[in-house]
Amino acid sequence: MDKVSSSAADAVADIGTGASLAVGGFGWCGVPTVLIEAIRDAGATDLEVVSNNCGADGWGLAILLAERRISRVVASFFGDNREFARQYLQGELEVEITPQGTLAERLRAAGAGIPGFFTPTGVGTLVEQGGLVWRFDHEGNAAVVSPAKPVRTFVRAGKAQQFLLEEALPTDFAIVRAALGDRHGNLVFHASAKNFNPLAAMAGRITIAEVERLVEPGEIDPDLVHLPGIFVDRIVELTPEQVAAKQIEKRMVKGMVKR
Amino acid sequence: MTGWTREQIAQRAAVDLNDGMYVNLGIGIPTLIPDFLPNDVEVIIHAENGILGVGTYPDEADIDPDLINAGKETVSVKRGASFFDSATSFSMIRGGRMDLAVLGAFQVSAGGDLANWAVPGKLIKGMGGAMDLVAGAARVLVLMEHMNRSGEPKIVVECSLPLTGRNVVDRIITDLAVIDVTDQGLRVVEFAPGVDAHMLRSRTGAPLIIDGR
Repeated sequence: MDKVSSSAADAVADIGTGASLAVGGFGWCGVPTVLIEAIRDAGATDLEVVSNNCGADGWGLAILLAERRISRVVASFFGDNREFARQYLQGELEVEITPQGTLAERLRAAGAGIPGFFTPTGVGTLVEQGGLVWRFDHEGNAAVVSPAKPVRTFVRAGKAQQFLLEEALPTDFAIVRAALGDRHGNLVFHASAKNFNPLAAMAGRITIAEVERLVEPGEIDPDLVHLPGIFVDRIVELTPEQVAAKQIEKRMVKGMVKR
Repeated sequence: MTGWTREQIAQRAAVDLNDGMYVNLGIGIPTLIPDFLPNDVEVIIHAENGILGVGTYPDEADIDPDLINAGKETVSVKRGASFFDSATSFSMIRGGRMDLAVLGAFQVSAGGDLANWAVPGKLIKGMGGAMDLVAGAARVLVLMEHMNRSGEPKIVVECSLPLTGRNVVDRIITDLAVIDVTDQGLRVVEFAPGVDAHMLRSRTGAPLIIDGR
C-alpha cells in the first residue's frame, strides 16, 4: 500500500467544477495551503467549501475566493477578510453561517456515519428560528435565508431542555495539513494545528493530506497516530520550502500588551 | 474615581476563579484575568481551537506558527497542557465539563439572554464558538461596560440584537457593579467604588434587586 501522490497537482486532478471540499485549519494554522494552490492552478470552479474560516486576504482559501472559484461556504467566522465580505454582501457568495462546535460535529458526524444529531447550541437564536442570510441579491436584500431547525425536548441531568437538529456535512473531497504522515495515510498533527483537520479528513469521500514530513509505515508509533490512515486516500509530501512558508496571523511575544 | 477600569473588572472577575477550574476566556477584558490570579490558584485555560493549558505569550525563540489561541495570537502552553481536535474541544464544552466561560456582550437581558455576535446593518463576521460556549459551559460570566458608546444601557429587559443564547448568563461584571441573573430577576451583588443604587438603576435598562428590593 502506498497512498503517496507524485505531486499536489496529481492529487487534486479529479477535483472538478462544482465539487464540495472540507478544508482543515483554524485561522492561518494547520491550513493545507499547497493543496489549495494546486486546486487554484487546476482550474476547478463553483466550489463549495466547508472550513471554519476562509483565509485572509491573499492567503489560504482567500486565493480561491480572489479568483471567484468558490460559490458557497460553510463557516463559523470570517471577519478580517474583506474580499469575503464584499462577495457575500454583493450576492456573489453564499455563506452558511454555522456555530464552530456545530461545524466540527457536523464534519465528525459525516465521517462517523451519523446523518444528524441534536445539540443545545443555538437554541433560542436565529440558528434555530431561521432567517440568517445565506445569500444576498445584487441589491443587498436577503435572497436565501437559513431554514428553521426542528427542536426536541430531552431530559438531561434531570432537567427538560430543548435541543435542535443539525445535519451531517459530508463532502466530495477533504484537504488537510498534517505534521507527519506515512505511506498508509496515518497522520500526526502538531499543537493547535490539529483543529479541524481530523474532522475534515473524516467528512471527505476522498481525502487528501499534505504532510510536512513523510515516513515509512511502521515509523510512527501506533500509540501516537492521531488519525488512522483509513480516513486518508492520498498523501502529498511537502518540500522544506513549502513547510517554511507557514505564516503567523498575530505574532505576540511575552510582555506584549493584551488586546 | 467612579467605577472600575477594564483591569479592575478583570481583577474582580479573577475572584470568581477557583483552583482547579477549567475556564474559557473570550477576547477583550477576559484575557486580562490570568494576570490577577493568586499564585496558589491554578486554573486551566481552554482555547476552543484545541488547547487546554494556555500559557502566556511565548518568548521570541519559542514562537510556533502551529500554536495559537482562539484569537489567532501566538501563545505558549503550561505544564500539563493538551492538544485536541475541534470536535473534542466542543465536546468538553457541550458536555458540561467547562466550569466557566467568560466573555463580552453587546446586551444582556433580565432573563440572562446574551447578544454578543451580530448587529443588524453591520457586517456579520460569524459567531465562531460563542453559541456553543454559552449553551454548554456550566457557568457563564459576562464582562462588559455598563453602557454602550451611545450611552445606552447594555442590560435590558429584552435584547433587541440577535441572541447568542437564551437564558445562559449567570453573572455580569461591569465597570459599575456585579450583578447576578436569578430566577427572581437581576440581583446586585456588589457596587464598584462611587456607585450607588440610584446611579446604577438610572444606567440599567431592566429592574434591579438591591438589598432584597
